[in-house]
Amino acid sequence: MGMDRREFIRISGLAALLGLSGKGAFELVRPGQVEAAMAAKPEAQGVVRWAMVVNMQKMDEATAAKCIEACHRVHNVPDFTKPKDPKDAVPPEILNRYEVKWLWTEHYHNAFPGEEPPVMPEKIAHLPFLLLCNHCDNPPCVRVCPTKATFRREDGIVNMDMHRCIGCRFCMAGCPFGARSFNWRDPRPYITQDYPGYPTREIGVVEKCTFCAERLAQNMMPACVEASKGTLIFGDLNDEKSKVRDTLKRYFTIRRKVHLGTNPQVYYIV
Amino acid sequence: MLERALIGTKRYYLLLAVLAGIFGVGFLFYLQQLKFGLGITGMGRDVSWGFYIAQFTYLVGVAASAVMVVLPYYLHNYKAFGRVTILGEFLAVAAVTMCVTFVLVDMGRPDRVMNVFKYPTPNSVMFWDIIVLNGYLLLNILIGWNVLECERHSVAPPKWIKFLSYVSIPWAVSIHTVTAFLYAGLPGRGYWLTAIMAPRFLSSAFAAGPSLLVLLCLLVRKYTKFDPGREQIQSLAKVVTYATLINVFFFFCEVFTVFYSQIPDHMLHFQYLFAGLDGKARLVPFMWFSIVGMTITAILLTNPKLRQNENTLAALCGMVIITTWIDKGLGLMTGGFVPNPMEKVTEYAPTVPEAAITLGVWALGFLVLTLLYKVAVSIKEEIRS
Amino acid sequence: MADNYKNEFGVFAERPQVEKKYYDAKNIFTGLAVFLLLLILPLVPNLGKTVPPPQRSLETPVIQKLAEKDRKCIMPTDWMRANHMQMLVDWRDNVVRTGEKGAANGRNFVNPEGKKYLASLTNTCMDCHSNKDKFCDQCHNYVAVAPNCWGCHLTEGKTLAEAK
Ligand code: SF4
Repeated sequence: MGMDRREFIRISGLAALLGLSGKGAFELVRPGQVEAAMAAKPEAQGVVRWAMVVNMQKMDEATAAKCIEACHRVHNVPDFTKPKDPKDAVPPEILNRYEVKWLWTEHYHNAFPGEEPPVMPEKIAHLPFLLLCNHCDNPPCVRVCPTKATFRREDGIVNMDMHRCIGCRFCMAGCPFGARSFNWRDPRPYITQDYPGYPTREIGVVEKCTFCAERLAQNMMPACVEASKGTLIFGDLNDEKSKVRDTLKRYFTIRRKVHLGTNPQVYYIV
Repeated sequence: MLERALIGTKRYYLLLAVLAGIFGVGFLFYLQQLKFGLGITGMGRDVSWGFYIAQFTYLVGVAASAVMVVLPYYLHNYKAFGRVTILGEFLAVAAVTMCVTFVLVDMGRPDRVMNVFKYPTPNSVMFWDIIVLNGYLLLNILIGWNVLECERHSVAPPKWIKFLSYVSIPWAVSIHTVTAFLYAGLPGRGYWLTAIMAPRFLSSAFAAGPSLLVLLCLLVRKYTKFDPGREQIQSLAKVVTYATLINVFFFFCEVFTVFYSQIPDHMLHFQYLFAGLDGKARLVPFMWFSIVGMTITAILLTNPKLRQNENTLAALCGMVIITTWIDKGLGLMTGGFVPNPMEKVTEYAPTVPEAAITLGVWALGFLVLTLLYKVAVSIKEEIRS
Repeated sequence: MADNYKNEFGVFAERPQVEKKYYDAKNIFTGLAVFLLLLILPLVPNLGKTVPPPQRSLETPVIQKLAEKDRKCIMPTDWMRANHMQMLVDWRDNVVRTGEKGAANGRNFVNPEGKKYLASLTNTCMDCHSNKDKFCDQCHNYVAVAPNCWGCHLTEGKTLAEAK
């Protein structure tokens, strides 16, 4: 361990000069250590395909509210209507500009614009359709990102790297579902209770639902699914025995804006 | 040559001071934006690009239009334009400078701008746009500067400059095409999802850019001893005329497809812009002024008498600049985002800090333009005397 | 030599006879002096001062509770001191970019002794080192670096937050 700071800087500087990545610099310092330390997860790659079914037959305002609350709490999503300090209050007319939402509700004709029949059951027209990032199979947001800050994982999750995002907001223009929010201002004064399991965000980056990648990694269900008491069904679409697959086989479902070819992976039972 | 920019009349210094002052004010507001975040602008979750990107788009057009003087000179040996190519090229330099600055100002995390090169992503149009824009900037600085230097020494420009000039012609077209592709390839934005976007961008660019050049030529003639020439201005006026006509034509092509097909995703945006949606109609007067004004201007421009009179020409060019700016700046950006993907209407208007920063960037561009034009004009004056 | 001289117009001309003297000497030297002054100005306030090296503190509830033999960081102290920044960057890429092609997969960090840790700044590092100002900031200030981890990452880990 006899390496002083200067030596480290010299070597990492050298590595940077050689155009090596951060990992490369590490490699020069302690060959093989990263690989040894970062134990690979046992399960095979590329076979999982996460997907979600929203059962609107069971959905009501209270359930939707509970799901949203759970999601926004465990991801430190700010609520600009509730500043910690009253002097940070946001004027109501610009609240919707700053709004950050990962999970939210819309009525049918907003969730599925252009697809509402002229006559439809009153009940369905007023149901709170739970909307989120669809983790599209062919995501335009990933296509347009100039830094790969938004990327599609092999298990289908479209994830965000907040450390890399440059805040160009091309993805917000690219996403046809309005699933993305931008940090127009510092969110921290508007997070009532910090949740220690997840970071907050800085100004100037885009964020959205991640299908709870951090919880899946610890074999937990997404927060909204847990809070929904069976209204949301989540699982591996590629697994013959999974509940999502079974549900999709038994019920007819619809998805948002399928004609755009993004192949959304959030399904709705109406 | 640069020393030419340092010596000038009182009026020249005053102009520089005023531009620098406006830039300074904009910069102060930018510091505020850095601290608070882009929330000090009028943009928001629904209209997530606003004034900055609108100016950027417009100015890419102005930059690309330099090709309208370079092309006839190099490809058709139209000697008369030899006198004004430098004005076109330096205008392009100033315009691209503004473009790049607007993109920077619009970024949420300008400190991470190098990520674009650190993690190059060829499937993103933004990546290509940055490459072509910076390339175009470099080309025009190299070509303009060297040609001027050679002119000063009365020698022919070296071969490689000529080669670069040829390269710059398709390159100019590419910058605006790629900029159009930023918008035209997004699946959910009906207003932008049109194959005619790039052609429309080019036509409005070749209308607005040469219009600006005409005005600049007239100014240069008025305030310096260098005369860009009547024939040159008249030729530019013809370019403006055709381009404006084509631009109007393209607009109506768009209107036909959208409204004859009756596809709501596409119609709604036009309805918002020209009639208002959900009782929200902030842009309606602007859009009507733009399209009616542009059509009338195009028709008037076809009249040679009005074109030959430099006063009416100047007025018409001014109209072209304003109407294309509304169409491509205000209308294109906001129109694309309203209504939002949930078909809700959130209107957009720039805030005071946003406008101040925008003005600051324009001032920066005109500062660069003034300095470059001062060099060019001084050299031209020197050669003539 | 003199007859080869060319001025910028390409005309043959006599080499101009320039009187050898400083023009504007006063302005030039005052300008230089002002420039130098501005250059060293930031150094002046610290002139002659010695700043004591930082004393990192391990006095946190979690560390205190540990038995003497368990009071070990995930890697040896010297190694951590030299390499924690790079290690955190690697953790970050491995955690965030899991499942992206080419990125290693995992949130787990196993040290050479085989002990497994969750690769998390807030929930692993900060759980023990909950005294950010004494543990992190002191040193960072001393060497004048300003890592921006804390813009997002919280300084209090899960166990601590729950204990409250
Ligand atoms: S819903 Fe939007 S943000 Fe989510 S993957 Fe699809 S395009 Fe991307």
